[in-house]
Amino acid sequence: MALLTTAPAGADHSGPARRRAAPPSEPGARAPRRLRLDVLGLTPFAAYVLVFLAVPTLLAVGSGFVGADGGFTLDNVAALADPVIVATFVNSIGLSLLTAVIGAIVGAVLCYALLAFRAEGAVRATVAAISGVLAQFGGVMLAFAFIATIGLQGVVTVWLRDVWGIDIFADGAWIYGLPGLVLPYIYFQVPLMVITFLPALTALKAHWLEATLTLGGTRGAFWRRVAMPVLAPSFLASFLLLFANGFSSYATAAALASQGSQIVPLQIRTALTSETLLGRENLAGALALGMIVVMALVMWGYAVVQGTAARWQK
Amino acid sequence: MALTACAGESSTPAAGGADAATATSLAAFGTLAELEAAAKAEGALNVIALPRDWANYGAVLDAFSAKYPEITITEQSPDVSSAEEIQAAKTNAGLDTAPDVFDLGLTVALQNTEQFAPYQVATWDDIPDALKEASGLFVGDYGGYMSIGYDSSKYEAPAAIEDLLGADYKGAVAINGDPTQAGAAFAAVGLATVQNDGTLDDFQPGIDFFGELNAAGNMLKLDVTTATVASGETPVVFDWDYLNAAHQADNKNWKVTILPGTGYAGYYNQAINKDAPNPAAARLWQEFLYSDEGQNLWLAGGARPVRAEAMAEAGTIDEKLFAALPDAPEDTVVPSEEQSTAAGELLGEKWAAAVN
Repeated sequence: MALLTTAPAGADHSGPARRRAAPPSEPGARAPRRLRLDVLGLTPFAAYVLVFLAVPTLLAVGSGFVGADGGFTLDNVAALADPVIVATFVNSIGLSLLTAVIGAIVGAVLCYALLAFRAEGAVRATVAAISGVLAQFGGVMLAFAFIATIGLQGVVTVWLRDVWGIDIFADGAWIYGLPGLVLPYIYFQVPLMVITFLPALTALKAHWLEATLTLGGTRGAFWRRVAMPVLAPSFLASFLLLFANGFSSYATAAALASQGSQIVPLQIRTALTSETLLGRENLAGALALGMIVVMALVMWGYAVVQGTAARWQK
Repeated sequence: MALTACAGESSTPAAGGADAATATSLAAFGTLAELEAAAKAEGALNVIALPRDWANYGAVLDAFSAKYPEITITEQSPDVSSAEEIQAAKTNAGLDTAPDVFDLGLTVALQNTEQFAPYQVATWDDIPDALKEASGLFVGDYGGYMSIGYDSSKYEAPAAIEDLLGADYKGAVAINGDPTQAGAAFAAVGLATVQNDGTLDDFQPGIDFFGELNAAGNMLKLDVTTATVASGETPVVFDWDYLNAAHQADNKNWKVTILPGTGYAGYYNQAINKDAPNPAAARLWQEFLYSDEGQNLWLAGGARPVRAEAMAEAGTIDEKLFAALPDAPEDTVVPSEEQSTAAGELLGEKWAAAVN
């Protein structure tokens, strides 16, 4: 799900988290021009990316431009303007935005609270470790955990109903629709925020606060004038990562919202597997193209924000 | 006869030199014993999309294995859709892992005839003409009526479809799948259409009905499985009567009702993959499914075997099981290919908005 590796809290960071290693050929890097032997180490990874990411992406996007008769067509892409498809993209983006905002804020507050504990202490290490696990606890397992807990006959649902007389599904079984996806998504968004944002927060240097106070500033001024601007790019980058994470999630939604196909990944499934609406396999390609466009915008935003953040990492 | 294809190499001389892959009836092999010998020589059968709790398929697979222990059945992806069966055949064409046989909803069967090998089973004449493709490309096998299953300890039997809109059924009514995806759910909308004075030419009344059901807070958008019925999550369910009947094993209060008035029927079809890696075993499987033994196994699962009428006349049907089936409605409708296609398009446009 997540693309990043994490360092335990309190690890020796020289600045806000630098999540992606710079590619060897990054402009400005002092890479020698001739092929170095150690670059060969990248080959397995490059081959992997080629076979499992680049080729499928090209095929998926390509199929979006192929009609049922095998010829070139723009019909599939035009179908993206269909009200049902538009509504699906709106739902998908809305769900990702909502859970990314909640996840980012709750996660950031949690990170801030953790600052009260010693950097090398057990509390931070434990929270970081748990977050690392929970951020990956998505998919079908998570959906089933929610069904067992607050599904129609879930433990908590039945307890609330029998003991307190509260019927959380009085207005319908929202757990199996779009609203039901919000809780499970937040469940993995918050810990993801913690593991991506905590290193940035940890890297705030104590002597910056001392310097502010020495120069006659207040604690409030430090947060407003120094900490917030320094943290903003990391916060935004983490937020974008959360958005991408929510936008591309499939398994949790597939297991929980089995009907309706309200988000794009589920709509792709419908286009591929429907036994009542045939011949729409290529629409799936067009939908994938739509997703790639959204993800490309997010990645571009991420790169811009990271570029800004890099100024503080020196 | 000298030009045997590669499939012919795996069949033994017992097949009388016949190329199993092009055999269109038992006559090409000679006798059933010779077909059996050819199938045993292949020693394998790949089936796909056969859930063991669907129409008694578990018992059917076990009975075939018991009868022909020399033939190893590989059950691939039991829960995929009819459309995915065809995709699996195309993707795996030429490989040993390709499915030998298909079990398909009518819409998918009609649109993929180029993927099938024609074959007429020995009991071909017993099968009503309306339920088989003339050359045997695909043949109806077992079917039933769209019905409503319900937990009788919590809910009254609905006497008419409008009853489900009442407050008694709050958050309780489920259909098995999304009608833009699954055949059984599609049929539920078809039933709602004809029960609301509509015709199969226009599914709009059915879509409107489920829209009202959703607005009333009664609709439960959750796929039905044995587990959801057993746990009580889906207490009222639109599904084929044989699938609803199967839930009685998990919930003794489970009852099945077929609404009076116009009924909606559907048959599932058998077909042989033209690229079947085990062509003789595929044909033997068909012979088994349409034999008295195979047909009675559908009956044991609550489904209506396609040869039921002829078997009742010949006295080979399991009378007790046959009498236990719910009464058939006075009128029965089955959608044509055009009606299915038009309804599918309409559902694609209107369904999501109607029930969200």
